[in-house]
Amino acid sequence: MVWLWQNLELVLGLTLDHARLSVVPVLVSLIASIPLGWLASQSRVLRAILLTLGGILFTIPSLALFISLPPILGTRILDEVNVVVALSIYGVAVMVRGSADAFASVSRDVIGSSTAVGYSRWGRFWAVELPLAGPVLLASIRVVSVTTVSLLSVGSLIGVTTLGYLFLDGYQRDFPTEVLIGIVFIVIIALVFDALLVLLGRLLLPWTRALPKASRATVTRAAAEVAS
Amino acid sequence: MNFFIDALNFILDPANLGGPKGILPRLGDHLFYSGLAMLFALIVGLPLGLAIGHTGRGRAFVIAISGAARALPTLGLLFFIVLFTGLGLWPLVAVLAILAVPPIIAGSYAGLESVNRQTIDAARAIGMTEWQLLWRVEVPLALPLIIGGVRSAALQVIATATIAGYVGLTGLGRFLIEGLAVRDYTLAIVGAILVAALALLVDGLLALTQLLVTPRGVSRGVTSTAPRTRAPLRRASATP
Repeated sequence: MVWLWQNLELVLGLTLDHARLSVVPVLVSLIASIPLGWLASQSRVLRAILLTLGGILFTIPSLALFISLPPILGTRILDEVNVVVALSIYGVAVMVRGSADAFASVSRDVIGSSTAVGYSRWGRFWAVELPLAGPVLLASIRVVSVTTVSLLSVGSLIGVTTLGYLFLDGYQRDFPTEVLIGIVFIVIIALVFDALLVLLGRLLLPWTRALPKASRATVTRAAAEVAS
Repeated sequence: MNFFIDALNFILDPANLGGPKGILPRLGDHLFYSGLAMLFALIVGLPLGLAIGHTGRGRAFVIAISGAARALPTLGLLFFIVLFTGLGLWPLVAVLAILAVPPIIAGSYAGLESVNRQTIDAARAIGMTEWQLLWRVEVPLALPLIIGGVRSAALQVIATATIAGYVGLTGLGRFLIEGLAVRDYTLAIVGAILVAALALLVDGLLALTQLLVTPRGVSRGVTSTAPRTRAPLRRASATP
């Protein structure tokens, strides 16, 4: 604890960097996966292609991806961009499946009815499909957010400033407290992000709180499957 | 892109296969760490997941724990444990197993939950005991999803076992770490390619297993008679 007070400035600085670097990949995953997931929900073939692609991208170890990106992107190895791009790739890879399930969970009857009352394809997407896909989308983006915050610490191995620095420094100095503080602050960031997402969900999807138990179970089951 | 071509040449050069720092012994070590971690994760995760799925109790608890486990940075956890226990195989196996348990639990209970309630009632009605119900009805029907969970666990374990090189062990991660340390890009990318290839290979084998163990009735039901809104959900873990 003494160490924490003495190095509070360092820890808080790293925490801010860590949070800042996590935000972009989470947003990119959410935004990119919505059209991709919608496409995947439209046909079995597209679904198989997109999900397989996502599965393959996710097999690349994070450290390996951090290292492989600079020659592809033409960036320098220490650039933050590498880590942000790498984590966005992972995020999208995980999120596409959740997003495809989210749009597939919208009942065909509802889509048929909304077409019958005169929605255009475009209007129906924004007013009917997207809001109804919301709960499952939220469940998947929560998984992505937690994973991103945790994976970002690996970035410190290639010299990007994140809370992972405390792991390396504490390890080299044989000082477990420093490592532990790194872990605790990462978990705190993950929890704060998660709470923000839940809050956002309550604001944007107010009706989910009044859902009957059965449909809530569908959402938790979908979340569990995304998580596995 | 030259780095990738050089890296492929390095991998294809037979001179780099054997020897203490060669590809094969490191590949063997990598598989050994990953296999051991998966073994322990299965011993812990499967019974828990099946118990939750069968009884329907403790689901919220497990979702919370899985989420929390996901937030734990594996590298930090490994360093933390090693600082207390000293270098060795077991800290690595422990953190890799911690990584693998949540997806295994999630896959097995989601699998059991996806089994049609009427099928379960019917099995009870013809006089099956709970034990028979679990092993002869629920597990066979849930097997694709259970293996789906094992697949994502194996994927994460193989990808993460690269950190073994940081705590005095070897494995394919050594190529990455040595390459980074001396700024030898080609060597680092050799490691990246090998780990990704291994992960894909193991994932492919498990996907094949998943196809082979799916009861014929299940695959037929999913493709033809299941309502469209539910089918993709259920197939989700079968094709990650």
